[in-house]
Amino acid sequence: MLATGVAVTLRLFVGALVCGFAMALLLSALNLIPSRIVRAVIALYVEYHRNVPTVVQILVWYFGMPEVLPRALRLWINQGNTEFSFALIALSLNVSAYYYEDIRSGIKAIAGTQVEAARSVGLGAMQALLYVVLPQAVRYAVPPIINRSLILFKDTSLAMVIGVTELTYQVKKIENATFQTFQIFIISTLIYLCLSLLIATLGAQMARRYPASFRR
Amino acid sequence: MIDFLQTYGLIFLVGSWPNGPLGGFAGTLLLAALGLAGAFPFALLIGIARTSSYQPIKMASTVWVYTFRSIPLIMIIFWAYFLVPVLIGMEVPPFSTALCAIIVYESAFLAEIIRAGLESLPKGQIEAARAVGLGYFQTLLSVQLPQALSNMIPSLLNQFVSTIKATSIAYIIGVQEAAFSAQQINSIELTGTLRTYLILALFYFFLCALLSRLARVLERHLQNKRLGLAA
Repeated sequence: MLATGVAVTLRLFVGALVCGFAMALLLSALNLIPSRIVRAVIALYVEYHRNVPTVVQILVWYFGMPEVLPRALRLWINQGNTEFSFALIALSLNVSAYYYEDIRSGIKAIAGTQVEAARSVGLGAMQALLYVVLPQAVRYAVPPIINRSLILFKDTSLAMVIGVTELTYQVKKIENATFQTFQIFIISTLIYLCLSLLIATLGAQMARRYPASFRR
Repeated sequence: MIDFLQTYGLIFLVGSWPNGPLGGFAGTLLLAALGLAGAFPFALLIGIARTSSYQPIKMASTVWVYTFRSIPLIMIIFWAYFLVPVLIGMEVPPFSTALCAIIVYESAFLAEIIRAGLESLPKGQIEAARAVGLGYFQTLLSVQLPQALSNMIPSLLNQFVSTIKATSIAYIIGVQEAAFSAQQINSIELTGTLRTYLILALFYFFLCALLSRLARVLERHLQNKRLGLAA
């Protein structure tokens, strides 16, 4: 039971990380559209996800959204593991707003002269973005993104409120069945601790491999 | 919508108070404020310990910070739910249980803010203080902390926002705060779930957005002051 819990937790974490990052890149691209409406929508999206607690976001998706989702989509989600899908959606969207902000401040940290230099050697706007700005910006964004991913890992535990069978949910279930509260809590706390430290270590390694500045 | 707010507005605002414990939005604010205030003294000690040159103290505080930053808050709440009654030998209301958990959890995060505040001061400040004959604690209390704490105000405000958001998980052990109110209304109303949860989300949204904005303004003000631009 614990093993399935860990597996579901990790699946939720990796799934939300990948989807969230893709979503953040998409938002960064959309933000290039010089339209006030698009930018306002993105700003609202980011503010909503940053200012509303993650649990509430999960509750809104699981309890509220089925009312307004198109029937076909709802049926499709209900075919699989409903709880897991909604938790994944909520966590992905939540983390994407933070990743987007991290990438954006990374882009901001790259001096405008970089773009000017890239353009003056004959690169197009898109090429300058892809080959000059983004590779540097992502490096700047690595430490905050790692930090956010760790928080995402801890946030997967919130999915238990809608009954996703991740680690915390399983712990509660085992506790209710066996009453060996102390043992099961110790074990699960250690699992969280080890996995968090593992992610932090991997992150530190990545930060060393991709340092923000090439001079270092 | 007006009808809905007229019927349930009070539950959203104060929960079942005055017939029961204070809940709803007021409960959330109370829990977050007490949590942060309670965590502050511990965080101050841990944060100072983190900058100590005495290895055992430094190690112990580092372990504390890393441990409680790596465990989800739900886990800590479950621990408190299980341990606190055993330790003090009597039943504890959910609110106090959640408060204990939040104090422990936030102490680790606040300690890091305090450490960062202490470490961001120029080394010359400490050297100058020691040179005029102040001891370690005198330097800490009359030179380092006053400067560090005033520089920390924006970060503290941001941490308050995080705490407000963190308290929303406390409804799981039956603490009557905003998310609990929403759940309660939901079980009375049974339909219109989206509306109930959107009101809940809006409350957090406006409160946290406002506080974050305030933190940003204060930060800019402090930055200007440091650069000598403020009037």
